[in-house]
Amino acid sequence: MEKVADGSPGRAYAVRAEGLIKRYGEKRALDGFDLAVRRGTVHGLLGPNGAGKTTAVRILSTLSRLDGGRAVVAGVDVAADPRGARRRIGLAGQYAAVDEQLTGRQNLEMFGRLFHLGGRRARLRAGELLERFELTAAADQGADGYSGGMRRRLDLAASMILAPEVLFLDEPTTGLDPRGRGEVWDAVRDMVAGGTSVLLTTQYLDEADRLASRITVIDRGRAIADDTPAALKDTVGGDRIEVVVTHAAELPRAREAVDRVCRGAPATDTAERRVHAPVADRVAALTEVARVLQDEGVQAEDISLRRPSLDDVFLRLTGHGADGDGTDGGGGGAQAVHTGKEIAK
Amino acid sequence: MSTGSRTTTALDGGHARVDGDHAPSGGPHARVDLTVDAADENRARWAVVDTWTLVRRELTHYRRQPVMILWQLGFPIISVLLYGYVFSGAMKPPGGESGGYRDFLMAGMFVMTMSFGFMNTAAAVVAGASKGVIDRFRSMPMEPAAVVAGRGVADLLVACAELAILAATALAMGWRSGGGLTATVGAFGLLLLLRFSLIWVGVWLGLLVPSPEAAGGLYAVAFPLTMISSIFVPTGSMPGWLGTVASWNPISSTGTAARELFGNPVARDGSWIQDHALLMAVVWPLAITAVFLPLAARRFRQLGR
Repeated sequence: MEKVADGSPGRAYAVRAEGLIKRYGEKRALDGFDLAVRRGTVHGLLGPNGAGKTTAVRILSTLSRLDGGRAVVAGVDVAADPRGARRRIGLAGQYAAVDEQLTGRQNLEMFGRLFHLGGRRARLRAGELLERFELTAAADQGADGYSGGMRRRLDLAASMILAPEVLFLDEPTTGLDPRGRGEVWDAVRDMVAGGTSVLLTTQYLDEADRLASRITVIDRGRAIADDTPAALKDTVGGDRIEVVVTHAAELPRAREAVDRVCRGAPATDTAERRVHAPVADRVAALTEVARVLQDEGVQAEDISLRRPSLDDVFLRLTGHGADGDGTDGGGGGAQAVHTGKEIAK
Repeated sequence: MSTGSRTTTALDGGHARVDGDHAPSGGPHARVDLTVDAADENRARWAVVDTWTLVRRELTHYRRQPVMILWQLGFPIISVLLYGYVFSGAMKPPGGESGGYRDFLMAGMFVMTMSFGFMNTAAAVVAGASKGVIDRFRSMPMEPAAVVAGRGVADLLVACAELAILAATALAMGWRSGGGLTATVGAFGLLLLLRFSLIWVGVWLGLLVPSPEAAGGLYAVAFPLTMISSIFVPTGSMPGWLGTVASWNPISSTGTAARELFGNPVARDGSWIQDHALLMAVVWPLAITAVFLPLAARRFRQLGR
């Protein structure tokens, strides 16, 4: 990383954290955690449950005090000047809520006053944000009647009142249906286009893949990987070709064909009538395998190239799946991820 | 990567400008000037402004949910009617002093309403803490003390409304304050002082209990604590030791002091604490505040652990 003075106006990083330590009794929730978020980007923070994601966000957003290390957010040392940091950050998601007994407009006006804009500017800003987050029609309804997606957008609007340089988004789409997820994603892209830097924690790896240009994986209070999503996937292994045959009986012949073309040993998955193998040249391999299969008269139901997913990366790095898996009542979450993918395509 | 923007709505690129800062400001779509005051010498003024903003928030809750205020104000009215008519026939006017049981009871009902108020405080605090609203406040550049102060001021305003409605009901039932204007106002002042001290108990409990559901269990504690006192029946009618405990219950002092100031029957039991009710109706709330305000403040700071 290049050395950039943290306080300079042209600083390259929105968030710099070095050697963060946070103890809860004997346990070290953060144990020398490092993080660098480039300005104007979305940076994903991924990790299993209890890895320290939430602790990190709480410290960087001044909600918790740190026990060691140094964190500079938007050019301000959060331990030395929490009040200064609070003028330059926004916090939305799991750990910041709106007042459900107020209307959307009343919420934004109240938060605007509490950000010390005064009554008139708070009112104007509320109207502006309601429009921008497409909440104008529901502005004067109670937030308790909002859909999940509307409530999160109101939450985002409240965190954007001072147009902060840095926005912390803590699991912004957890529990939302695919439509709500799409709405929140659009809003986040919108904010980044406006120059805000975002630190995003999420339990949906496809969300990080979609939004983040760089990802830090945290486990046991430390950063165990930090790279672009593409580079992280490369560490798991390159592309693979997958052939699904129509009849299970043809699996051995398909395997032969794939073996002849590809560089590595193919693996067979009988239950799914599938053969897959690593490839070097994606397009050449695809053409070649298709040709050989046709020559051999093997009926293929599907031939595809597959990039490793972030799930593969996650599994490799932490030894277990992302924290949404199987911990919160079964298939609901996984289903939402899947449909989320379909919609966003 | 799919970070490419597919936005159709443009946004304001302007960042918050803080005095003395050279951050970029005023993007093409920022219609509102977002410059905010960052001077530390204005903190006291902002503490007042922030508190008032949060008081308005609480009052808006009541305005938007009239049922909530009906419940809160309806409970004391129903209690007065129940105690005043269901029990009064069985109750002898205490101590042989002039006036019926209802004259004795009314000050007690005022005290009961003030005492139960701490549960409203606790319930509101625990709801704010568990839903994350308090965390949002703490992540903002507002004055942190205003979070608690706003709650307290709003609770006192609601307490005034409760007392006004109770007094109207009591007057309709034939209760009168025989004291002068000053004494009557003084009695209501002591009632509000009790409510003030219990705000800190409520805030402390609200930050202590883990969930809104657990806060509901506070009734199990509040009910006996209110019953073992002189607010419903004279302590002389209880077994000796229980009567002593009841006399020393802080809310008994407020009840007796209010009865004295209203010129209502007191039911003397000859105890020192009852003979000094006016003094103790000031001392007890101050003592409660002295203990629970620091506890509540410490609990609030511990949110930042």
